[in-house]
Amino acid sequence: MNAAKAAKTESEDLHPSSKTMLDRVFSEHLVAQGPGAPPMLYVDLHLLHEVTSPQAFAGLRARGLRVRRPDRTVATMDHSIPTNRASFPTSTAGPVTLANLTLDDAARAQLRQLEDNCREFGVELHALGGEHQGIVHVIGPELGLTQPGMTIVCGDSHTSTHGAFGALAFGIGTSEVENVLATQCLLATKPRAMEIRVDGFLGRGVTAKDLVLAIIAEIGVGGGTGHVLEFTGDAVRSLDMEARMTVCNMSIEAGARAGMIAPDDVTFQYLARRERAPKGAAWDEALHRWRALPSDPEARFDRRVQIDASRIEPMITYGTHPGMGIGVTGVVPDASMLSSAEQAAHARALEYMGLRPGERLLGKKIDVVFIGSCTNSRIADLRAAARVLDGRRVAAGVRTLIVPGSMAVKRQAEAEGLDRIFEDAGAEWRNPGCSMCIAMNGDQLRPGEWSVSTSNRNFEGRQGKGGRTFLASPLTAAAAAVTGCITDVRGLL
Amino acid sequence: MATFTKLTSRYVVLDRNDVDTDQIIPARFLKVTTKEGLERHLFADWRWDEAGLPREGFPLDAEEARGAAILVAGDNFGCGSSREHAPWALLSFGFRAIVARSFADIFCANALKNGLVPVVVDAEMHAAILASRASEPRASLTVDLAAEEVTLEGATAQRFSVDPFARHCLLSGLDELGYLLSHEKEIAAHEAARRT
Ligand code: SF4
Repeated sequence: MNAAKAAKTESEDLHPSSKTMLDRVFSEHLVAQGPGAPPMLYVDLHLLHEVTSPQAFAGLRARGLRVRRPDRTVATMDHSIPTNRASFPTSTAGPVTLANLTLDDAARAQLRQLEDNCREFGVELHALGGEHQGIVHVIGPELGLTQPGMTIVCGDSHTSTHGAFGALAFGIGTSEVENVLATQCLLATKPRAMEIRVDGFLGRGVTAKDLVLAIIAEIGVGGGTGHVLEFTGDAVRSLDMEARMTVCNMSIEAGARAGMIAPDDVTFQYLARRERAPKGAAWDEALHRWRALPSDPEARFDRRVQIDASRIEPMITYGTHPGMGIGVTGVVPDASMLSSAEQAAHARALEYMGLRPGERLLGKKIDVVFIGSCTNSRIADLRAAARVLDGRRVAAGVRTLIVPGSMAVKRQAEAEGLDRIFEDAGAEWRNPGCSMCIAMNGDQLRPGEWSVSTSNRNFEGRQGKGGRTFLASPLTAAAAAVTGCITDVRGLL
Repeated sequence: MATFTKLTSRYVVLDRNDVDTDQIIPARFLKVTTKEGLERHLFADWRWDEAGLPREGFPLDAEEARGAAILVAGDNFGCGSSREHAPWALLSFGFRAIVARSFADIFCANALKNGLVPVVVDAEMHAAILASRASEPRASLTVDLAAEEVTLEGATAQRFSVDPFARHCLLSGLDELGYLLSHEKEIAAHEAARRT
């Protein structure tokens, strides 16, 4: 027994070709491993926003420390900023500043603090009005800052988005933000690796959002705890980068530390034209490294899950966590199908949502449609929404917000005339930010309102106190805007 | 740096699963630049009614909760957003330990960094804790971090474990940032080797 075990270990050493992508990225960034302490990991890219950084900068100041690598630190304003155009100065009033925006005092103080901190510590800031400002997880990839094989952290759980490039990217708390600012390192126990293999192909009207909602419904909101999910299989390979980001973005909603997708030609093509991606000889050298990242065919995963893409229909959530999802033509599950521990939560969720077991969601009236967030606010998402809204009208009484993820997405959408499609349909075309995903900025549901939202969390009150959220894809959300109720978008395509 | 060795206290039961950090502290209260004063917003939407008065039956403001330093919850406590405001709010309310059947990863790490101890108990002990609360509102729990044992008053102890380094930091008052800073040589070597 012992001999067999020893032989196995030896063969692993002799054949280093049984590594997962996680193994590679993790070991490549190992700085030190002190006795009795977790591994110390180097961080290649640290992203910041206004909500989770002020106390970290205050900590640095209290200890008289500097930001160790301002050149690896990038900040943006996204969470608490306004997105409605009325809050912004008219174009003749000169550049946007915190002074000429309509903003509550707490938000203004928090944003001003970020400006002051970035100025004092020499950190690059994409402030409101700047040409690259946007949601932190949208601007990283779009600028080419996010690259394969990197370690990326941010005081934000949806940092998992960046894993779509084969980076190890995860959310951290404010104490860790302080640690990374000061040392460019953090202590991180190595997570386990879980493979989620998605075979087959997604059907018409079924998107990456539907895929990830189906995955979370399958493995549960705690199903990924302690793991990094690696998404593999034909269905994943066939997704473009924006769709891959949508999948990795919601890994955290399955409780996972991060999500990853192996880089390939789709990844490299996306990066090749990005401002901050390596250029010339550095690009060739990077490409060489990136091609060596994917998990080996014999790599050992701690857990494997297999999903058939062709069986997935457009998904929608019915409850108050992202794992409570069903196909849009389905019915709200009966609690008897659940374990007893889940029954109480299920009953509570249905009470909050105002739904009954066995009820069909199709035809359910809604009040608001929100298309945006780091899950679904990129250009492909907006094009999908426009495809449904083009030549149609938003149903009477439905407030529809379309919020681009960044200034760059906004410019691109306007160049393509999508803004006119949205406004002609009767939807509101906004400035970039987190907006109603987190409802910190006044963009919020009123108590009791139902919304179909492309964001990532349907927790109680997430989109406004008492608000009730159905999570879905941009296609499904746009379909709901047009009909005023939950709709199978496949009938509108 | 926060320290923690052993705590005996009455406990508050919030018998819910998947309590997310948006419930622990709703996002609209995150427009702050310090860690202080968040206790007012702890579980705000569950705790206060439209008029800002305590909701009948919410356990946090019940008579027996006064002075309790331990919160007992169900599965997957602290899921969702990575906001460290969640442990800050729990701590400033007066909690020093959370007992649950499981925790979300990021919450667990954030809690430990602030001296809030996450204690995982099995279903049986969880049920016993709830039953004991039902029959004896002033029942207490002891969380012993040094021994990694949790004990329900009048019952046998059960083992729990937390990340060994975080435990060491809490027991000895060692500061994590100080530890990282002491590795300056290794950090510089890593950067030099990778020309980063
Ligand atoms: S869009 Fe929503 S989930 Fe994404 S970073 Fe902003 S608040 Fe967080």
